[in-house]
Amino acid sequence: MPKENEAQYVLELRNIEKEYSGNRVLNGINLKLNPGEIHALVGENGAGKSTLMNIIFGMPVIQNTGGYKGEILIDGEVIEIKTPNEAIKFGIGMVHQEFMLMPGFTITENIKLNREILKDNTVSKVLGPLLKTLDIPAMRRDANKALKELGMTVDDWLPVAGLPVGYMQFIEIAREIDKENMKVLVFDEPTAVLAESEAEKLLEAMKNLANKGISIIFITHRLDEVIAVADNITVLRDGEKVGEMTKEEATLEKIAQMMVGRKIDRIEKVCNKDVCKTSDEVALSIKNLTVHMPGETIRGVSLDIKKGEILGIGGLAGQGKVGLANGIMGLYRSTGEVYKNGQLIELNNPRKSIENKLAFVSEDRRGIGLLLDNSIETNIVMTSMQIQEKFLKPLFGIKAFKMMDNRLIREHAEKYIKELDIRCTGATQYTRRLSGGNQQKVCIARALTLEPDILFVSEPTRGIDIGAKKLVLDLLVKLNVEHGMTIIMTSSELGELRSVCDRIALIYDGKLQGILDPQDSDVDYGLLMAGKPRLHTKEVI
Amino acid sequence: MNNLWKRAIERFGHPKVYCTLFLALLLITAVFLKQNIIGLICTALVRIAQNSILVLAMVPCIISGTGPNFALSIGMICGALAGCISIEMNLVGMPALFVALFISIPIAIIVGLVYSVLQNRVKGDEMTVGTYMGYSIVSLMCIGWLLIPFKSPEMVWAIGGKGLRNTIALSGRFDKVLDKLGNITLMGNVIPVGTLLFFAICCYLVWLFLRSKTGAAMLAAGDNPRFAAASGINVDRQRTIGTVLSMVLGAIGIIVYSQSYGFIQLYTAPLYMPFLAISAILIGGASIKKASIGNVISGLIIFQSLLAISLPVINGLLPTGNLSEVVRIIVQNGVILYALTKAGGAE
Repeated sequence: MPKENEAQYVLELRNIEKEYSGNRVLNGINLKLNPGEIHALVGENGAGKSTLMNIIFGMPVIQNTGGYKGEILIDGEVIEIKTPNEAIKFGIGMVHQEFMLMPGFTITENIKLNREILKDNTVSKVLGPLLKTLDIPAMRRDANKALKELGMTVDDWLPVAGLPVGYMQFIEIAREIDKENMKVLVFDEPTAVLAESEAEKLLEAMKNLANKGISIIFITHRLDEVIAVADNITVLRDGEKVGEMTKEEATLEKIAQMMVGRKIDRIEKVCNKDVCKTSDEVALSIKNLTVHMPGETIRGVSLDIKKGEILGIGGLAGQGKVGLANGIMGLYRSTGEVYKNGQLIELNNPRKSIENKLAFVSEDRRGIGLLLDNSIETNIVMTSMQIQEKFLKPLFGIKAFKMMDNRLIREHAEKYIKELDIRCTGATQYTRRLSGGNQQKVCIARALTLEPDILFVSEPTRGIDIGAKKLVLDLLVKLNVEHGMTIIMTSSELGELRSVCDRIALIYDGKLQGILDPQDSDVDYGLLMAGKPRLHTKEVI
Repeated sequence: MNNLWKRAIERFGHPKVYCTLFLALLLITAVFLKQNIIGLICTALVRIAQNSILVLAMVPCIISGTGPNFALSIGMICGALAGCISIEMNLVGMPALFVALFISIPIAIIVGLVYSVLQNRVKGDEMTVGTYMGYSIVSLMCIGWLLIPFKSPEMVWAIGGKGLRNTIALSGRFDKVLDKLGNITLMGNVIPVGTLLFFAICCYLVWLFLRSKTGAAMLAAGDNPRFAAASGINVDRQRTIGTVLSMVLGAIGIIVYSQSYGFIQLYTAPLYMPFLAISAILIGGASIKKASIGNVISGLIIFQSLLAISLPVINGLLPTGNLSEVVRIIVQNGVILYALTKAGGAE
């Protein structure tokens, strides 16, 4: 379909660059979009897809953080998009991942929101155009036309609240195509929330739209959908365009490999097998675990964790990898069975999990991990004090009154501050004032104070700078090697997992896709992360 | 100078600094108006002692995460009820006071437990719900005071012989028994050492409690409920403990207040008293999430001295009619409003 020589692209991006406070997230991105083309944009989380779309759609977050560099051309003319309103005027529409619909309004009202068709009445003639009445029959005619184009047969006067999710997605699209000069439509992971049959219908509708001359930018994690509908495919990784291919050239494996790539060299040495004894003894056995964590649901995972290993849990955001540790630690409602050394652990009870010598460093550091308005020492000892009754002394010799033992607490905190190199003004500094990396160390110190057999660490390097990242990862390896601690590390950064883990379990759609060796090929990783064939897995569960 | 100002604001927070400056201004004016400065200070001390425990009552509930206890009036009613019972039992002097305290505690515990059930259901709206809960209970007890079958002629209306009076004089009962305990007279002005000592003991007990295992759990539940839950702490239980403690201190507080004031005030009297206590602790540098004994003491000193000193000073400036009373209300509520809007800021 693309005809290069006809020159006139609907949308062209030239050398787009974007920095967030010194951190480069987009670097020299070029993109060309023909009329009626479906252009797929794929990449891992944090590859820069959303930032690129925010630039195209003129989202305020871009202007507020210093704008972008490079040129955007529409129909061959250089333009500057500063607000979403301008983007709409230029004929760019966006179908959002989260529905932006008014639940109490009817379908027609939603489609025509802020673009209502108006007619004069007596009052408006006197007092001005703000008092014009809505021309409801005309609005409904338009709405019906747009719905029909998408192959929807639904009463346009129904309220949106209570409609199936699939319908809402179509209403969003109907709203966009109802705009008269619509040229480019951006679909941001439109099938993420849809059932399979609905997704097929949506892909069908996309093809129809493209045939009518509307160009589509299609962002998705589902690689088979890309293969099914896209004319051209651009792959982003770490803010750079790493590949572009046409429909004919593309294969699942090729996209998967480009998407994952090798990001960091394996500088950090994988745990030395002679020192840390990874035995075949099972430390933790998970049987058919489901976790109801909003946005990160686990739907039936069975997994054995060996004593003394570092097990990585990877996968794309929203696929459930974070839910696993949260479920086992009792923070979100879960069902299933978890055995530690053959003993069943009571679920949905954080106290029981901690009493069983499990400890957790949460991915939500500021939300769950820390008491921000309390001192470092309080943070470090709190959990241990409450559950294991350490750091307590009787009051005037009366055992019933358990008082905090300030001397012990201070000594313990200072030991960890030294050992983990927590940069602070002292043990009494509030954790709110610490940097991300040091906050993370406080969280780890708190977990270590519990003297756990098994340590869960979620997103240990999120939001901390590169130097601190390495320190935290080194620390985990050290704990594993020197103390033989079993560590289960969840991370969105595959490179990080591959640099420290012994095995890596990949989660997709709440289910375990397979367990890979850190040395396995990028293709295998890419495919498992995208929930694709199990042929390539080394260990099929 | 600029630097000093900035550091003072950072260290103590806006409300404390501004209120202290206003207080200093009032004192200077008082000197110019040739008023009895020592008298003023002693009046302030009496007021501080009077209100002390009511302000202390705000600490446990703020720390446990339910915010300032706007429903403290409920605890005060428990105390007032216990005071009336002790008079009905025809007790006199120190025993009357301690029996009143002794009776008030179980009542306040039960009331606190019931109220905390409500608190735990309206997480995030405790302050608004608490305010109206306080109003409702005060109104309900307006009927209650009429119906409870007290017989003592000191308390019931002279005509009809039924229902309690608006204010019940304590002279001959436990009027100023704590104030007079070991008091010092300074140029004809009394310093209520006994009450201040009692307040110090209460502060020490609360401080000890905060250093205990349960106190630490409460601190965690108040700072970050999700952290607390993940550490196996029962957040609702900690909030309940905080609320009950606050109610008990409220009940003790109003008895101490009554003995110093000389009257038990019933009916709508407790309606606005929680606001006074809350503004005192907020001026002391507490926020709706964090409070300490230090906040209580400094807040009490600044807020109560402000009220005690502003009245005679403004009287001196505006001698006509009851304008001074109007100005006093403006000052008092202005301070409350200011403290609420600027809550926090100090560490």
